[in-house]
Amino acid sequence: MSDSKSPRDFVARHVSGMPRSGIRDFFGMVSTREGVISLSIGEPDFVTPWHIREAAIWALEHGATTYTSNLGLLRLRRAITNYVKRSYGLEYSHEDEALVTVGVSEALDLAIRAVVEPGDEVIYHEPCYVSYSPVITLAFGKPVAVATKRENDFRLRREDIEPVVTDKSKVLVLNFPTNPTGGVLTREDMEGIAALACERDLLVISDEVYSELTYDSERISIASLPGMRERTIFLNGLSKAWAMTGFRMGYACAPPVLVEAMMKIHQYSMLCAPILSQEASIEALKNGDGDVQEMREAYDLRRRYIHGALNEMGLSCHLPGGAFYAFPYIGDTGLSSHEFSMRLLEEENVACVPGTAFGPSGEGYLRCSYATAMDEIQKAMERMQRFVASL
Amino acid sequence: MDKLLKLLKENALETPENLAKMLGVSVEDVKARIAEYEQTGIICGYRAVVNEDQLDIEKVRAVIEVKITPERGGGYDRIASRISRFSQVDSLFLMSGTYDLLVFVVGRTLHEVATFVNEQLATIEGVLSTTTHFTLKTYKDQGVLMKIEDDHERLQVTP
Repeated sequence: MSDSKSPRDFVARHVSGMPRSGIRDFFGMVSTREGVISLSIGEPDFVTPWHIREAAIWALEHGATTYTSNLGLLRLRRAITNYVKRSYGLEYSHEDEALVTVGVSEALDLAIRAVVEPGDEVIYHEPCYVSYSPVITLAFGKPVAVATKRENDFRLRREDIEPVVTDKSKVLVLNFPTNPTGGVLTREDMEGIAALACERDLLVISDEVYSELTYDSERISIASLPGMRERTIFLNGLSKAWAMTGFRMGYACAPPVLVEAMMKIHQYSMLCAPILSQEASIEALKNGDGDVQEMREAYDLRRRYIHGALNEMGLSCHLPGGAFYAFPYIGDTGLSSHEFSMRLLEEENVACVPGTAFGPSGEGYLRCSYATAMDEIQKAMERMQRFVASL
Repeated sequence: MDKLLKLLKENALETPENLAKMLGVSVEDVKARIAEYEQTGIICGYRAVVNEDQLDIEKVRAVIEVKITPERGGGYDRIASRISRFSQVDSLFLMSGTYDLLVFVVGRTLHEVATFVNEQLATIEGVLSTTTHFTLKTYKDQGVLMKIEDDHERLQVTP
């Protein structure tokens, strides 16, 4: 009798070989402690604005409990394309150029799976959101990371990407403003990247989920640059702009064949996004511009506060141009990211995610989320200042 | 509205040091601007928003709709200003619609408020009629919800 397989043997090798998210390990440690002030939360601390929640309740009361079109409710797609047009000047047809997804995470996965063939190289910038590399790996693509740097305010320039472009490069994934660095692109950066994408025939997947939280610069999508609409999959969602993370709402806009390809995977794996979330999103996109502005102003105050406080305590930190993360450099303390965040947690009960959770180029950094009430941020900064002074 | 004013309206106890950091300006600048707002009367005062339902004190609040006769030359102003001077009157507005003045009154007991309306308010010359509504419970006051929403648990660490 041959040896029977253990459960472990059934797991596909490309999955078992994939590392767990560093965030999950850190979460395990934080959750055992009490009285922790957490600056390690990647979601807004606001509750979804009431009129949006009320729209979901209304829909539920009126029996909105069904499937929707695979693409998403037509009314929602119309609201999306209208919103994208007035926010970015980008025109898409709600008929066949917009797809409603379960969070931007699903949209990203669909986009990658729709275009990547085994061996295709996918370029992305790092430090970055935890899912880019695994999603590429799951599609049997080859992840190619380009490090963004503090001296450039974590922007990405054409010259950073150019050296890694090969004949196998097919896709460039952008995420600006960036989780975890708060980096944003200037128009010149974007033009340079766009020119490179056109020259080297790259498809750009642009994850702009933090775009509404852009503070000092104008909000531009790379898809709006000349020649880019036809080679860009534009991704956005409602999680960050309207504090709707739990609704799981994202969307993709792209030329019809690309949306069709993504929709095929979506219909066989997800079928459609939840109808209540779709109804709530219609209300947000139609009547929620004021909410976004209010939240952006609140984040902006915290952003300046945390930037000032970190630099004052001797941790050099650029002023993040977007999202709700500060990304201070802690290398001068002589501690690694991991050591710094573990000791900060143990000695002062403040949780910040080590930069290495966002890729090896995050070594020497710490992600401090300011999506937390102002008084909590103030307390955390006092404790952190005490910790840094004790080193 | 100026960002500094907005912050102070939310929390008048915020220190100038914190305000300065949030606004990206100097502490001196913040202090000077607050002083100027106070001097010019843009900031009229600072007070706590208290949920009085939670206090064990006798207090009655009423809203009174008042119809009055407007006067040549002054319209509603003379009578409105006269009513507004009573210490029992918390707020007073001139309204469009089926009545003229909306008066918010505070008293210790139902009797006290009734006496004020009957004997002092209704008897003013030019006051045609009053309709008094007593408040039963406060849900939201000056933009502040009296019952804080249950804190739904957020994960402590998320990507």
